[in-house]
Amino acid sequence: MKIVLQNLTKIFPSRNKKVKDEVVAVSDFTFEIPDGKLIGLLGPSGCGKSTTLYMISGLQKPSGGKIFFGDDDVTGLSAENRGVGLVFQNYALYPHMTVKQNILFPLQNLKGKDKLPKDVMIERAYTAAKLVQIDNLMDRKPSELSGGQQQRVAIARALVKMPKVLLLDEPLSNLDARLRLQTREEIRRIQKETGITTIFVTHDQEEAMSISDLIVVMKLGVVQQIGAPQDVYDDPTNLFVAKFLGTPPINVFDGRVEGEKLYIGDAAVLDVPGVSDQPVTVGIRPEGFNIDPNGTFVCNLQNVEIMGRDVSVVSTNEASLNPVIRSIVNSDNKIEMGETVTFSLKSHKVFLFSKEDESRIYF
Amino acid sequence: MADNMNVTLQEKDLKKVGVAQRISGVFAKILCYAFLFLIAIIVLFPFYWMIISSLKTLAEYKLPVPTLFPKEIVWHNYVEAFDAANLGTLFKNTVIVGIVSTILSLIITVLSAFAFARLEFKGKNALFAALLATMMIPGELFTITNYQTVSMFNWKDTYTVLIVPFLVSVFYIYLLRQNFLQIPNELYLAAKVDGTSDIKYLWKVMIPLALPTLISITILKMMGAWNSYMWPKLVTSNPNMELITNGLRNAYSDVSGETNFPVQMAAVAIVSAPLFLVFLFLRKYIMKGVSRSGIKG
Ligand SMILES: Nc1ncnc2c1ncn2[C@@H]1O[C@H](COP(=O)(O)OP(=O)(O)OP(=O)(O)O)[C@@H](O)[C@H]1O
Ligand SMILES: [Mg+2]
Repeated sequence: MKIVLQNLTKIFPSRNKKVKDEVVAVSDFTFEIPDGKLIGLLGPSGCGKSTTLYMISGLQKPSGGKIFFGDDDVTGLSAENRGVGLVFQNYALYPHMTVKQNILFPLQNLKGKDKLPKDVMIERAYTAAKLVQIDNLMDRKPSELSGGQQQRVAIARALVKMPKVLLLDEPLSNLDARLRLQTREEIRRIQKETGITTIFVTHDQEEAMSISDLIVVMKLGVVQQIGAPQDVYDDPTNLFVAKFLGTPPINVFDGRVEGEKLYIGDAAVLDVPGVSDQPVTVGIRPEGFNIDPNGTFVCNLQNVEIMGRDVSVVSTNEASLNPVIRSIVNSDNKIEMGETVTFSLKSHKVFLFSKEDESRIYF
Repeated sequence: MADNMNVTLQEKDLKKVGVAQRISGVFAKILCYAFLFLIAIIVLFPFYWMIISSLKTLAEYKLPVPTLFPKEIVWHNYVEAFDAANLGTLFKNTVIVGIVSTILSLIITVLSAFAFARLEFKGKNALFAALLATMMIPGELFTITNYQTVSMFNWKDTYTVLIVPFLVSVFYIYLLRQNFLQIPNELYLAAKVDGTSDIKYLWKVMIPLALPTLISITILKMMGAWNSYMWPKLVTSNPNMELITNGLRNAYSDVSGETNFPVQMAAVAIVSAPLFLVFLFLRKYIMKGVSRSGIKG
C-alpha cells in the first residue's frame, strides 16, 4: 500500500500565550511512498522524525496537510483504526504483561472478521518472536529483559499483526553491532517478503543507506532531499545533506571561483566550467582525492593510517573548515612521508555550495 | 616493591572494612528486628486482649488485677453473643452495604480518575480544583446537610441511605488520578496503535498497573463501611436496618444497664474475623505490587 503525504505540517503551539515560541516540528512534507518500499528517515535529533511517524500512525493530528493510505484519505482516522505497526523509540512495552502477552496484545484487539482463533494467535506470536530471536523469553516480564531484548519484543509486537504499514522509530538503537546488523537484515528480509511499506527512522546514516530503497533527509522539520541512498550521497542538494551523509564525513573548505576555476587558498584545484565568480563552500568526499605529485592542492601531512585495503591520509590546510582533512586513497599509492602531500581532485566528488544559502552550485 | 606494599595495604584495609561492615550489618539487623518486634506487640496486644477477654467469665473480667490468660475458658460467650444480638441480620446488612458501596465507589473512582488523568475536556483543571476544594470542608458539615437531604427524599431506613451519600470520595479520585498520571504516555499511544479503545486501555493496562492503589482504596472503603457508626446511627431506627457497630453497642446490656463485657468482646471478635480474613487474603496482592519498568527513559 502506498502512503501519500500532502503538505503535511505539524506545529506545536506555544505553552505561554504571550511569548510566541511555537515549534514547527514538521513543515510542508510532501512525498509519495511507493508501495512495498522501505524508506529511511534520517536527520539530526529533534528534526521531526518521530513527529512524522506519529502523524502517519494517527497518534498526532497534523496541523495541516493530508495523509493517504493507498487511495483512502486517512487524515481524520484515529490510530486504533489505521492498523499500522509502530515500534516506539522507547519501546513502550506493557510492564505488567509477559513478553508473550505483549506480543499477543495487538492480535487480541482485532475485531469482527479479522478476529483470529486462539491457537492461530499463539502461533503468530511465536513466529514473530522467532524472527527477532526472543522465543525463549516468552514468559518473562519486560523488567526482566535487557534493553536490546525489550527492543526486539517491541519489533515483534509491531510485526505480529502483519500491518500494511510498518513504522520503526530507531528500532535498533540499543542492540550490539552484530545483532544490529543481523536484525536490520532480518527486518529488510521480512519487509521484502511481505511487501509491507516501511518507514525506518535512524540516526545512523550507514544503517539507512544500507537497507533503504529511498532515504529522506530532514532538518528542523523541513525535508532536505529524497532519493535513492547512492544518489543522495553522490548528488546532495545542499551542504547539510552532504555533511550528514558519509563516514568519514565530507571535507569542507572555504574557496572561491574565479574565471571558471576553483581556488582553495591560493591554489587553483579544479576547473569548474559555467560557474560565475563568487566565494563558495567546497565539499570534497574523502574518496575524492588522488595522491598526485603533479597536483595543485598541497596540504600539510599529519598522519597516514593504513586500514588494510585503503589508506587514510590525515592532513591539514588553512582553508579547511574541519580540523583535519581525511582522504581515503587506494593502498597501491605510494605515499612519501614528507612535510606535505599533494592531491589532485576527482571532479565528481567535489561539490560547490553557495555561501549565502548553502545550496548546491552545479558545474 | 613499593607497588607490592600498596597492594597488601589495600587488601588489609579491605578486609578490615569488610569485617566492620559485617558487624554493623548484624547490629542493624538486630536493632531492626527488635524494633519490629516491639511494634508487633503494640499492634497485636489489643487483639490478644479482645480474644482472652471474650473467653473469660464476667467475674474474672471484673477482677481488679486483670489476668493475662483466662482461668476458665468460656466458649459459651460466643454462643451467647450470637443469641443476644441479632448478629445474622447485622452481618447481612453490613456485608451488603460494604460490598455494594465498595464496588460502586470503585467504579466511580476509576472512571473519574481516568477522565481527569487521560481525557481532554474543557474546564478539566477548574473542575478538578473545585473537587479538591471540597476536601477542605469538614465531614461533620456534610453530615448535617446530608441528613436534611435524605430526610427530604424519605430515604431513612433503607440501604440507599447507607450507601449513596458516601459513594464519591474526592480523596480516592485524587489518589488514583496521581497514580494514573504516572503511567507513561507512550503506553497509551502504543495501545492505540495496537487497536484498543480508551475503555479497553483502562481495563487492560491502567487498572492492572494501578492495582496496588485500587486494593488500598478497596480496603479503606470496606473498613469504612464496616466501622461506620455515626451516620448509620442517625439514619436508621429500624433494628432490621442497623449495621454491626450500632447493633453491638446496645445488645449486651441487661435490664439494669450493666454490660456483659466478655460476651460483647466475643461479638467484637466475631465481627472482626471477616475483616481480618479479607486482610490476610489481600495482603498477597499488596505485597506483590506491580513492576513498573518496560519503559526506557
Ligand atoms: N508534544 C510536543 N510539544 C511541543 N513540542 C514538541 C512535542 N513533541 C515534539 N516536539 C518538538 O518537535 C520537534 C521534533 O520532535 P521529534 O520528536 O519529532 O524529533 P525527532 O526527529 O524524533 O528527534 P530524535 O531523533 O531525538 O528522536 C522537537 O523540536 C521537539 O522539541
Ligand atoms: Mg524521535
